[in-house]
Amino acid sequence: MSTAKKNNDDAQGMDFLQSMPRRWVTVYIPIVLFVIVLLFPFYWMAITSFKPDNELLSRDGNPFWIIGPTLAHFEKLLFKTEYPAWLLNTVIVSVVSTVISLAASVLAAYAIERLRFQGSKPAGGAIFLAYLVPPSILFIPLAAIVVKLGLFDSRMALILTYPTFLIPFSTWLLMGYFRSIPYELEECALIDGATRWQILVKIVLPLAVPGLISAGIFAFTLSWNEFIYALTFVSSSENKTVPVGVVTELVEGDVYHWGPLMAGALLGSLPVAFVYSFFVEYYVSGMTGSVKE
Amino acid sequence: MTRLERFQNNKNALGWAFMLPATVLLLLFLTYPLGLGTWLGFTDAKIGRDGVWIGLENFSFLIGDEVTRLALFNTIFYTVVASIVKFGLGLWLAILLNKNLPFQSFFRAVVLLPWIVPTALSAIAFWWIFDAQFSIISWVLMKLGLIHSYIDFLGNPWNARISTIIANVWRGIPFVAISLLAGLQTISPSYYEASAIDGATPWQQFRHITLPLLTPIIAVVMTFSVLFTFTDFQLIYVLTRGGPLNATHLMATLAFQRAISGGALAEGAAIATLMVPFLLAAIMFSYFGLQRRAWQQGGDK
Repeated sequence: MSTAKKNNDDAQGMDFLQSMPRRWVTVYIPIVLFVIVLLFPFYWMAITSFKPDNELLSRDGNPFWIIGPTLAHFEKLLFKTEYPAWLLNTVIVSVVSTVISLAASVLAAYAIERLRFQGSKPAGGAIFLAYLVPPSILFIPLAAIVVKLGLFDSRMALILTYPTFLIPFSTWLLMGYFRSIPYELEECALIDGATRWQILVKIVLPLAVPGLISAGIFAFTLSWNEFIYALTFVSSSENKTVPVGVVTELVEGDVYHWGPLMAGALLGSLPVAFVYSFFVEYYVSGMTGSVKE
Repeated sequence: MTRLERFQNNKNALGWAFMLPATVLLLLFLTYPLGLGTWLGFTDAKIGRDGVWIGLENFSFLIGDEVTRLALFNTIFYTVVASIVKFGLGLWLAILLNKNLPFQSFFRAVVLLPWIVPTALSAIAFWWIFDAQFSIISWVLMKLGLIHSYIDFLGNPWNARISTIIANVWRGIPFVAISLLAGLQTISPSYYEASAIDGATPWQQFRHITLPLLTPIIAVVMTFSVLFTFTDFQLIYVLTRGGPLNATHLMATLAFQRAISGGALAEGAAIATLMVPFLLAAIMFSYFGLQRRAWQQGGDK
């Protein structure tokens, strides 16, 4: 042990004690297997969407590769179905509900964490409890409410109901971020005569930008991926979102058009994957932050 | 001082004003439906018709209903098996990712992909992977000579249960792994160094250092995982719609089928209400997990 090189990097821990072949068996091979299994469905989605039908519906040859790639499935998807309308609906619903939720969450989180008004503690607890209520037990009564409000089969129904799971999450996340901003900054501003609103807009928000990005990305992907509300509250094809449209409209009877289905799944997954790839760190900190607090 | 300025510096008035948008949205679309759903469970409401109070009739019908009992069994089976597998594989993946790897951040980013893409869409990919005629899994197993005919993944009750659990595990591992990884990264390496000097084996290190220090975060992560799995809807709806022979119906899909497809709003609401006791149990679990964490840190919050 005393002859072992002194290791200054804490993150490396005790790994230097393991021999190379041992590391291959216990670390590298398992992790590569994990990655292959976790990514395979995406590879399969992509390759299926470029495969011509005769290759898709054949058991001969090598199914892992394409001999004559084709864009026919995408052409069918984009020009012969209402996919572009679903895409537009999903973008509108996700962006608007994310913006509404973020605005409401910033105010609520600031009030709970910093204004410390009477009842702020129970309010924080209520927000956490609201986070634990799953859509699966809310969608039936919500459907009744949506019908009563005359919102059935409209984008507005989704824009107004998505905040029910976005606000609790974003508020909880932002509370954690606001907690990390030193009180002294606010106290100085108060002494200089700033109002609470000025403090929020000019001091707290600029310092909480990473938190806002985390919450925004998370809210956007959550509403992009939402399924059960969109399935229940919308019935006509032109108002559907991508996940619901692909599942309900592209399956005709017993004939499954696997090509367009996979192309639809691929195109619907790309925007979130794209957004995610730019903000991985924010996304991870949002996810783990919500668990750790 | 003008009235506006006074208002702006009054903690309580300003606090509640700031809470207003969130409170209104949550009361109207979360608290109210939660109450309404429970109330609907005790009525005979149908789609397009307000119901009248009929007491426990829905619940006594559901308890005697074969399909509901099967759905309850399926939900518990699905949740227990999927959660255990997700925890085992997720913890393993987290430990692997915590080693000093080349391309560590790349691996971490890629591993999360199944969690961020829409479940309904990745479920479609699984639908195709599990296809009875052209399944890639069957094709590979045939080529390897392990099976002699294509497997009917979603057509046979037990095959369908296992296939849906596999898809659920695939989707849930990233969440468990990345959250536990965050927990692992907070454990100081000096514990491992000290125990290695005292001659601890890797298993002893895992058992007596990693596991105890990770327990609080495991409790929280698994509570969320159980919550998501127990209330799962999309995967089943896309892959099997509850079939074959209701073998994969979960409480959520059954509630949807009865209430929205079948029009029996009250019955569906009663099924959804039946899920609440289980969810409360999961939340209590989380609560006590958090308590223990605070106690371990010596905090009194």
